[in-house]
Amino acid sequence: MALLVDKLRPRTLDALSYHPELSDRLRSLARSGDFPHLLVYGPSGAGKKTRVIATLKELYGPGVEKIKIDARVFQTTSNRKLEFNIVSSVYHLEITPADVGTYDRVVVQELLKEVAQTQQVDLGAKQRFKVVVINEADHLTRDAQAALRRTMEKYSPNLRLILLANSTSNIIAPIRSRTLLVRVAAPTESDICSALHLAGKKEGWTESEVLNKRIAKESGRNLRRALLMFESIYAQNEKVTDKTLIPPPDWEALVTLTADEILAERSPARLLHVRARLYDLLTHCIPPTTILKTLTFKLVARVDDALKSDVIKWSAFYEHRIKLGSKVIFHLEAFVAKFMRIYESYLMGMDF
Amino acid sequence: MAASFFNNKARAAAAAASSSSKLKAGDNKEDSTRLQPWVEKYRPKSLDDVAAQDHTTKVLRRTLQASNLPHMLFYGPPGTGKTSTILALAKSLFGPALYRSRILELNASDERGIGIVRDKVKNFARAQLSQPTGLDAAYRAQYPCPPFKIIILDEADSMTQDAQSALRRTMETYSRITRFCLVCNYVTRIIEPLASRCSKFRFKMLDNSAAGERVSNIAEQEGLQLEDGVIDTLIRCGDGDLRRAITYLQSAARLVGATKPPAVKDADDDAEMTDAGNNSSVITVRSIEEIAGVLPDDILDSLVEAMQPKSGGSVYEAVSGVITDLVADGWSATQLVAQLYRRVVFNEAIPGIQKNKIVMLFSEMDKRLVDGSDEHLSMLDLALRIAGVLRGN
Repeated sequence: MALLVDKLRPRTLDALSYHPELSDRLRSLARSGDFPHLLVYGPSGAGKKTRVIATLKELYGPGVEKIKIDARVFQTTSNRKLEFNIVSSVYHLEITPADVGTYDRVVVQELLKEVAQTQQVDLGAKQRFKVVVINEADHLTRDAQAALRRTMEKYSPNLRLILLANSTSNIIAPIRSRTLLVRVAAPTESDICSALHLAGKKEGWTESEVLNKRIAKESGRNLRRALLMFESIYAQNEKVTDKTLIPPPDWEALVTLTADEILAERSPARLLHVRARLYDLLTHCIPPTTILKTLTFKLVARVDDALKSDVIKWSAFYEHRIKLGSKVIFHLEAFVAKFMRIYESYLMGMDF
Repeated sequence: MAASFFNNKARAAAAAASSSSKLKAGDNKEDSTRLQPWVEKYRPKSLDDVAAQDHTTKVLRRTLQASNLPHMLFYGPPGTGKTSTILALAKSLFGPALYRSRILELNASDERGIGIVRDKVKNFARAQLSQPTGLDAAYRAQYPCPPFKIIILDEADSMTQDAQSALRRTMETYSRITRFCLVCNYVTRIIEPLASRCSKFRFKMLDNSAAGERVSNIAEQEGLQLEDGVIDTLIRCGDGDLRRAITYLQSAARLVGATKPPAVKDADDDAEMTDAGNNSSVITVRSIEEIAGVLPDDILDSLVEAMQPKSGGSVYEAVSGVITDLVADGWSATQLVAQLYRRVVFNEAIPGIQKNKIVMLFSEMDKRLVDGSDEHLSMLDLALRIAGVLRGN
């Protein structure tokens, strides 16, 4: 049984329920025959991928839905072998070069060149070019992006790129100026409510409007998260009412607990205790940025107004350190220590 | 006899094939000009077309008459017409017949190693000039055809030091038959020995009127309908970079579906009818801003409003609300930083001493974003700290 998120994913541009003007644009692009390189960006759970898949279908017809997964092996210059998964149909390829870390340049160069140098053989095909969808394009290294830049110009008759990214900040300017930027905003809370309503109706679940609204608020305008929460609530409870609790994910519960502990006692012993909790989260593969952000917002909500901007300041500071440094736990712990210090000083009325 | 028969047939087939392939090539050509970026399509054809670089073009035009050319180094910010100028100069020097054999254009961003300089550049530089045959007097009258070749090294500032030093001797040895033209953004990245061998031309930032004229010219030729103020928006978003402005224009035209060649060629009344029936093909200011990823003014207003110090109570709630929405709508943080910067720094109401502090914040934030920090936290931090400065502590 597939999850709701996959089962109810809209497959065509017409079926998309929000951002109608964006769907119109994508449709007119797909039909114009002059399809540019795209850079689709927006927060996660906004429906970037869904829109791209629907656009591909508009371009090529139902053939794009027959996909297969290949594992390819690439060799780096230092003779290291890289295993790399490619999702492909006859008309398009989908890759996540960030999977191979710093070797993404090798993959991007070899794979794209290979695609670009083969022409479409099928005369009945709707388009002469093949589309390569690149996920997490903002995690590509500079080298890989520079390699893309060349490829985009050289092989434009046979190849179109669709880059998916969460933000355009990490994409180098030459790529930005060569692509058409498409911004996908997160759905509003009412958009999410109506999506949940539709999903509930399709599944034949009795639903409550108030609960839907709460889910929409809780999800932070992330439709995927909202649908997952929606489904899990209905899986856990026999009868769903307006007041049914929305269970937070395990890690979030743990972060909340940690925040409580930090606020309750500020001492080296507690810091050691918190450190164990942070390690626990890290070993469960929760990204450090997510931990820090969630922790910060939990703490900020509970401290006095005068402290808030300072907490944010140090949080941003240590988040930057996490990105630059190599050992994550140092910086997380430093943030906690810093927070304890300013909180304690504030309570004692000292200048911090 | 049979052989010649077959031969004939074969010849006929070949002829047919070649004619059909030619036809196809023509087709392709039309197709490709339609698919061509407008930046390429509307590149200046002659020196007179180059916009707003009077000083440089004047000097170059004189060298055109004298048929002699120094080694050249063009530098200036992107999108000011450096590459266009040298290409236009090369075209008016040699004309279509000689262009291929006399010009080597190397885009340093794809092949920049020392190997390329030793091989390709040196081989081209030392090749003797082939005397053109079959050129009549008229051609010679139109194009000076001076007795040297030109090597254009685009984006020369991204060449390695080694590759640049490998050029030094090459430039001198073959100066009898070869001229170099280096094109770069930052003249400081060209090593001194190379720079001193060239006469330098600085390309200044395009002023708004010249760029606007150019863009509106293109829009006219493409038969686009523009809303009032679109040209200004394009120039503003392009930041003095004409290439960027033209690219934005083309993307906007694609988006609204205004690039249908037949619609332009229609009879006048016909075109009017389609216009009346299809209002969506007008390019609006908003659509340009959307393509450029520019934040609309009202969002920025609400953020600036939220940052203003309030009597009693903190600004945190208001600021964090606006920032959360900004992140959810997917606006780019770098863009926000750039626009907010313009807003704050050119605001007369903020005293200089506060601006000093605020500018430092911007510098730090830019560095963080480049390092790949989380956008939400960074933006929130920036906004809160600016609010703190505004409050006066």
